[in-house]
Formats: sequence, C-alpha cells, structure tokens
Amino acid sequence: MILTKGLIHNYTKKDDEGNTLSVIRALDGVDIEVKAGEFVAILGHNGSGKSTLAKHINALLYPSGGEVWVDGMNTEDAEKLWEIRQRAGMIFQNPDNQIIGQIVEEDVGFGPENLGVPTQEIRERVDESLKAVGMLEYREKSPNRLSGGQKQRVSIAGVIAMHPGCIIMDEPTAMLDPSGRKEVIRAARALNDVERITILLITHYMEEVIYASRVIVMDGGRIAMQGTPREVFSHVEKLKALHLDVPAATELAYILKKNGLALPDGILTKEELAAALKPYFSASGQESEQGEHVNPGREC
Amino acid sequence: MASPAVHGLSAELADGQFIGLIGHTGSGKSTFVQLLNGLLRPSSGRILYNSEDVWGQKYDRKKLRAEVGLVFQYPEHQLFEADVLTDVCFGPRNMGLSAEEQKERALAALRQVKLDESCYAMSPFELSGGQKRRAAIAGVLAMQPKVLILDEPTAGLDPRGRDEIYDLISGMHRELGITILLVSHSMDDVAKYMDRILVMNGGVIACDGTPKEVFSRVRELEEMGLAAPQISYIMRHLQEQGIPVRTDALTVEEAAREILRRLPGKRDTAAER
Repeated sequence: MILTKGLIHNYTKKDDEGNTLSVIRALDGVDIEVKAGEFVAILGHNGSGKSTLAKHINALLYPSGGEVWVDGMNTEDAEKLWEIRQRAGMIFQNPDNQIIGQIVEEDVGFGPENLGVPTQEIRERVDESLKAVGMLEYREKSPNRLSGGQKQRVSIAGVIAMHPGCIIMDEPTAMLDPSGRKEVIRAARALNDVERITILLITHYMEEVIYASRVIVMDGGRIAMQGTPREVFSHVEKLKALHLDVPAATELAYILKKNGLALPDGILTKEELAAALKPYFSASGQESEQGEHVNPGREC
Repeated sequence: MASPAVHGLSAELADGQFIGLIGHTGSGKSTFVQLLNGLLRPSSGRILYNSEDVWGQKYDRKKLRAEVGLVFQYPEHQLFEADVLTDVCFGPRNMGLSAEEQKERALAALRQVKLDESCYAMSPFELSGGQKRRAAIAGVLAMQPKVLILDEPTAGLDPRGRDEIYDLISGMHRELGITILLVSHSMDDVAKYMDRILVMNGGVIACDGTPKEVFSRVRELEEMGLAAPQISYIMRHLQEQGIPVRTDALTVEEAAREILRRLPGKRDTAAER
C-alpha cells in the first residue's frame, strides 16, 4: 500500500535572491512499508519528522532523496498526483480548517464531486460515509453547530467518500475534548476493522496507540523503534529518553516492577495489569486470612 | 438566535489559586474566560475584580486587561513582530511604559519562560513550536499580570513540550504568587497540577472542588462528555477485580504507592510494627 525507500526531505531556507541560507534535514533515510489493512501508529516528539512523512504519502511534499510509492504509484509521477491523493486521504489537526460545506452532506460530497463521480453515486457515497462514522443523522445540519469530535468525523467521512485505500491522520484528536477523542478513535478503528481501510495515525496520546497493529517511533528524521505496541512499550526507558509517554497502565507496571514486583514486560491495558497483579493479592490474601484465624487461636 | 453561552454562572476565584477549568467543546469555557478579562460584556450579571464591577461607569478596563492576562489558544499565531524581544515588548508598550521599562519587563518575562537568550533577536517564526508558545506566554507575562488565564496552553505540543509548559506555569504560580486559571482538555494534566477544578457544562459551573473531589464523580463527568484521568480507571478496574486498593489516586506515582502499600506482604510487616 505505502512504501518509502531511503526517503530524505530537506527544508531549505533561502534569502530574497534565492541563495540557500540553511538546510534542515527533516527526514533522513526513512524506509517504511505499510501493507493494506494495517493500523499503524506513528509516534515522535515535535520536529521528529512525523508530519513531514505524512505529507509525503499524500504527495503534498516531494522527496529530496529516495522514493515514495502509494499503491504502486510513485508520488513524483505528476500524472498520478490526483489518483494518489484519492487513494491516500489526509485528516489534519484542526477540524475547523477542513470543513467547507454549509451543510454536512454537501461537505462530504465535495471530494467525490471533484473526482467527477455521477450525482446519484455521490449521494450513495455520502450516505455510506456518514454512516461509517456514525454521523448520518446529522447530514442536513450545519457543520458550525457540531462539536469538535463530530466535525472531525465529518472530515473523515469526506475522505472516505473518495474511496481511499488509506487514511493518514495527523494528530486528529489534538484539539478535541475527551469524548471527541473517543469518537474519532472509535471511528478510525471501525474503518480499519470493518472497511479494511489502512490507517496511519500520528498522535501524542499513548492510549490511542494501544490498538494499532504496529507502532513506528520517529526521532531526528529516522525510525528509532518499530514493532507491535507491546514490543515498543516494553522499552519504557528508551521511550522516555525520546521524550515520549507510555500508556498509564504501562507506566504503573513499570514503577511497580522497579519496586520489586515481577510483572511481565509490555503491559498495555488495565485488564492486563489486573491479571498480572492478581496472584500477588489472591495467594497471600488467603495466607493472611489464615493468619487471622490462627492468631486468636494461639491467644486462647 | 440567543441561546446564552454562559448563564447564571457564579464563581469566586481567590488570590493565589491554581485553578483548572474543564468542560466539553461548547460548554462555555472560552466565553467565561473572555468575560473575566473584560473582552466580553455580560448580558446580565456582574464581574467583580477586587470587589469592583469591571463594567462600572468609571472602571479602567485597559488596566484590567493588563492585570488579568489572557493567553489564547495557539498564542503563537499572534506573534507578529520582526524579532522575539520586540514582540514581547508589545504589551508593556501598549501600557504606555518607557522604552527602558518595556525592555526590562520583556527580558524578565523571557527569562521567566526560560527562553534561551540566543532566541531574543530571532524572528518568532524561526523558533520551534514549544519555544514559540513560550515567547507568546512571555508577551502576556511582560504586562506583569496578577491573574493569568491560559486557554489550552499545551494543545498540539508533544509530551515533553507539555511537561515544560506545565512546569513553567507551576513555577510562575509558586514564585510570582499569581492566580492562574487554566483551560484544559487533558484530565490527566489538571489532576496532576491543579489545586482546584471548575467544571463547566451548559454554561454553568457544574462542579467545583479539589481534583480528588471532582474526579470522584466519574459518572457525572462522563455524562458531560468528560472523563476521569486514565489512572483512576485503572485503579477502579483493579478494585473491581478484587484487588483491595483505594480508587482516588490521581497520578501514576500515587497509584503505585497505593498498590505497594496494599501488598499483603507489606501489610503484615506494617501490622507487626
């Protein structure tokens, strides 16, 4: 689905005469392969190259070196530009910058209309897309009246209506309240599960990463770590050194381990933590119960 | 179309408090903070600052806006001068201070936000995201406000940038003794840093108390589109699973201490002593 080979990106700063003042290498030889149907989360601190990478996949930027392939199309092939953007849709941070229609269904229909899809089919696509993000009942509403999470789901519907194979989400929940964040992540997971749309999610919220099939950690324009969430979050120290958080359950397990509890590496959820802690409490819990019975006996 | 964004809201913010303001999108938070520094005029009701009605006839609202500093969301979008130092001087200049005073205050504010001296002469646009945010906060600090209101000061920052901004704000609260009201969507952050939380819902204060008090009302918060910090869901789950822990921990460290304290082995030694 997505392939980058030795991808390099330089941001070049020039003066008024066009002389190069400085060059910042934002991506420094990135090799990534994302297969169709994957849910890949990308982590990294600000300036690590995440968003630059995302823009390459959508052909908003072109490589300074190396190659980017989307569905077998090279992003530098000008003739394929619109096909690439249709195959790899993009969602940005601010929902207010992405909605243009006066009515929800009009906004969602904008993409397919631009692609020259026949009117009847646009209707069908709009309906199915709004349904996929749980916003069908708001089809005739004005986007201004929606909450942040709802707006972001309308943006996602707008991308789905173009029938992409892949959606790149660049911090889609950064500006949302807790329930908005939940709505958007639930929608992303459903699209991946049900519609088999490939998802690339860039985020700073670790609890959104737990459900990804793979996590890529970027640092200094390179891939610093890669693996399943469990593999990546087993390396708490390394992530902290990269100035990243870990999920709350992982961090709690990490502190408990440092205090001598023998818990397995890579605990991600509260359920896993409870299961790992139970033996400590149930086994000795019985002992202490017995102890309480024995003690009064001795007194007698 | 006049459905009020804020109605019948009463709240008192005492000097020196560090207060978190939470509420879902559209709950009236931004309207509330703009009312507080006189950017919006209440349709009815009064805003009292040091017992004076800020919309009273002779009230100096310009002075109010210098004393009650407001840092908007994404404040770096409002940086506009050619270099950082001049930008930070903008507030003091508007207050009619002399050039030396402007510079003195700007330098103090820049030091306060721990922006490196090498940045002072740079264009704001050359700074990183976190640096820009700090420069913008310095712009408000340079007016030496007595109350500082920040609307989602960490939105869009990575975990390190977020921690830096919170450390900075807590430090200002401690060292300068200013009153701080901070709007946030992160329950984990308000639980960790604030000593009082105001919850807005439907234009009123639905809940007001310490983090422990507020976050014990998980159900209500969820009905308002909010949540409790991650850690409190974990502790609740552990308790449901028969692990005898209290569920009111608000930080991971506090939760770890609680679990360790409840370990059967530890309990025995405690009992022996």
